[in-house]
Amino acid sequence: MSDILLSFRNIAKEFSGNRVLNNINLDIKKGEIHALIGENGAGKSTLMNILFGMPVIHTTGGFEGSIEIEGEKVQITSPHEAMARGIGMVHQEFMLIPGYTITENIKINRELTNPNPISRIFGKQLETLDMKRMNADARKALDIMGMDIEEYTMVEGLPVGHMQFIEIAREIDKSGVKLLVFDEPTAVLTESETQNLLSVLEKLAATGIGIIFISHRLDEVMQVSHRVTILRDGELVVTKPTEDTNKHEIAELMVGRKVIMERSGSDKRKISDDIILSIRNLEVKMPGEEVKGFNLEVRKGEIVGIGGLAGQGKLGVANGIMGIFPARGEVIFEGRPLELNNPKGALAAGLAFVSEDRKGVGLLLDDSIELNTVFTSMQIHNQFLINLGFAKFMNARRIRRHTQAMINDLDIRCTSSKQKVGSLSGGNQQKVCLARALTQNPKLLLVSEPTRGIDVGAKKLVLDLLKKLNEEQGLTIVMTSSELAELRSICDRIVIVCEGKVEGILPPDASNTEFGLMMSGSRAGSQQGDGIA
Amino acid sequence: MSVKIAKKNNGVKRGLAASIIDKIGLPTLIIAAFFAAVMITAVVLKQSIPVLISDILRRFGMNGVLVLAMVPAIRSGTGPNFALPVGIICGLLAWTIGIEMGLTGIKLVLVVALMATVFAVIAGYLYGRLLNAVKGAEMAIATYTGFSIVGFMALVWLIAPFKSKQMGWMMGSGLRETIKLEGVGAAQIFNKFLSFEVLGITVPTGMLLIFFAFCLLIWLFFRTKTGIAITAGGNNPEFAAASGINIDRNRIIANIISTVLGALGIIIYSQSYGYFQLYSGPLMMAFPAVAGVLIGGATASKANVSHVIIGTFLFQGLLTASAPLANQLFEGSDLSEILRMVLQNGIILYALTQVKGGGK
Repeated sequence: MSDILLSFRNIAKEFSGNRVLNNINLDIKKGEIHALIGENGAGKSTLMNILFGMPVIHTTGGFEGSIEIEGEKVQITSPHEAMARGIGMVHQEFMLIPGYTITENIKINRELTNPNPISRIFGKQLETLDMKRMNADARKALDIMGMDIEEYTMVEGLPVGHMQFIEIAREIDKSGVKLLVFDEPTAVLTESETQNLLSVLEKLAATGIGIIFISHRLDEVMQVSHRVTILRDGELVVTKPTEDTNKHEIAELMVGRKVIMERSGSDKRKISDDIILSIRNLEVKMPGEEVKGFNLEVRKGEIVGIGGLAGQGKLGVANGIMGIFPARGEVIFEGRPLELNNPKGALAAGLAFVSEDRKGVGLLLDDSIELNTVFTSMQIHNQFLINLGFAKFMNARRIRRHTQAMINDLDIRCTSSKQKVGSLSGGNQQKVCLARALTQNPKLLLVSEPTRGIDVGAKKLVLDLLKKLNEEQGLTIVMTSSELAELRSICDRIVIVCEGKVEGILPPDASNTEFGLMMSGSRAGSQQGDGIA
Repeated sequence: MSVKIAKKNNGVKRGLAASIIDKIGLPTLIIAAFFAAVMITAVVLKQSIPVLISDILRRFGMNGVLVLAMVPAIRSGTGPNFALPVGIICGLLAWTIGIEMGLTGIKLVLVVALMATVFAVIAGYLYGRLLNAVKGAEMAIATYTGFSIVGFMALVWLIAPFKSKQMGWMMGSGLRETIKLEGVGAAQIFNKFLSFEVLGITVPTGMLLIFFAFCLLIWLFFRTKTGIAITAGGNNPEFAAASGINIDRNRIIANIISTVLGALGIIIYSQSYGYFQLYSGPLMMAFPAVAGVLIGGATASKANVSHVIIGTFLFQGLLTASAPLANQLFEGSDLSEILRMVLQNGIILYALTQVKGGGK
């Protein structure tokens, strides 16, 4: 029995009434590489946060169920305690100090020291570092991974692949490490670095360390893992030996959620053949959502969805077109080239944008619904103003009337049009964002994550509204969302973005397998995983 | 049952009290209460109330425009204009040039105001450019910009080739530290305009009218397209940028307006005083103005014209009323002047610690 290293027993977790994990039972064996797979929001991070006793779990009411390490029930209440019990984490973002050497980074806060006269008086904090022993330890850890880099090299300027290995070296240098969690370790690595990393994983596992490998790259999972566990919407779907499954099955199980809302009424609409927006080689420097050469043509009157996993660059597209993050490339709107990095130009050309960052870019939280609704139109199109020649004053009466109409049309729940937007609920705030975009009378509407952080009822209202605008006014919409079901419910076609590029375009009724494979960067049809660009 | 109702009422009352504090802001309430207490003490100690009220009105009008200068700066997101001395110096420079030209009376004041505006537009533009280069550290940079310009101008006052007998020393060169406006017919020129007396209270009508006119102008300005864009840029720069607003340009415009108000403010201030002070005179003048607007309920990122009117009245009222009181209580000692300093700086300190409090 004792080859089981770690067990999750009946784990469940609620965040303010919202169940994000339910009845998770999972064993990790010694020397096993266990892949954990799921879409964004499936519950992977929450599960890991529970394992590490992160404060975010304990400040929100703890969790149900129990964790056992080598058959012994344990209470992990802090990351420190997790470390003491031999559980380590290799972070996605590197936590290294650039100006220190590799050894110093590996040994930080666990330095080996020798006593000296001063430290005998003033205590342990002033003991001399034993660089010889520290270097030897670091060497050992580096050797395990087959890295022939000198341990006294400065971390600054090393390639990212090396940094990743130093992170790992730090974890395995901790004495008694039993379990290592790798959270998307290959996300920033090149292909050859990835191969190195995967072989290091195998070496580590061979020494008896258990490994939890979180990745959305199914090819890697197939290559390196022994067993696979798939989470979906907080439920454990299945745990299987990797050899008994294939990436098509995994993809299907990962996405496999029923499409709740069907696209309907599409016969009423007409999509012309005119290309209204054409994007060529768009590159956007949006931190965490970088776009690296995106191409797309949007026809007049259609709803195009942009989907993909978090961090792949889908959010960067709209932000780049609207000039919110620095962009490069060619965007042609209604036959005319659009100047990039110029929000004013994009707005004046007839584009409107509902940002995913509702409380940051999207709204003036301390100001009224009125000002939020008309602000952009007033500034860009000189509407809602009384021009007295020497100055343009706001036309309070017209603003009031227009806002009132918007409140009625979009069913914004508020006490009056003067209410501060910050005191509205998430769904109503989103409607105010939409109201501002619609007030601009846009020819094309870019919407990012329109239902993020709003409740189910409001979600449907927002989606229905978008559909209605498209059907009744022929408004062209480009909607970016991380919820596939939502994209499939209203879009005519769905562009899947992976690693900053278009991975492929699917119709909304394509199978779960196709979506799943495309989102994880393996092109449909390719068997060997050669799809990764 | 009755207990329940009582509880309910209590809850409503507490809610009401909390919402009043929320709306007016705790600093404003505290200073208002303090002001009321001082006024009551003044009555008890048999101070001359009409004289006191006349003084309060005069100081209110004198300082009003200087406090108003805070509004555009705060609304644009650069924080309270601690570099108010920049504007003040523009006003003082205009005074000296006007007097040197030999003008007197209303003609002098109008020419001085015009010159001060021109200087302040240039200075405000440069100051705005500076602030755009140091985003995030505006308040500290502004304070030292003010100090530096005062130091630099001390040199200018000393070596500038002014000839007027009104401003020079009896012997040697350079300008005097304090220059009287009586000799050029500009002292109290606004105060006396349409001035009247009622119940023993002198009302400086002209000066108050000018102050309220500026308040109206600023209020109107923040209802124009540019004014609204400036406010939005101050409240949420990302939002404004996404709506195509040129935030840097707006910050410069706002600080030009603030500097011009500082320059005109000192003209109003010194005509009421009867003289103006060069050299280190303007050094500390930003602080009472900042404290005034903060006490009125403004924060480092939000300010209205109403905050200016309320804050100036409370702050100047409290200072004016407490000084004679201290004199009477500590008769024959220097303590009253010290007490005044403690009080003024205490209020400023308190207001600065409350920068984030008050009504949003």
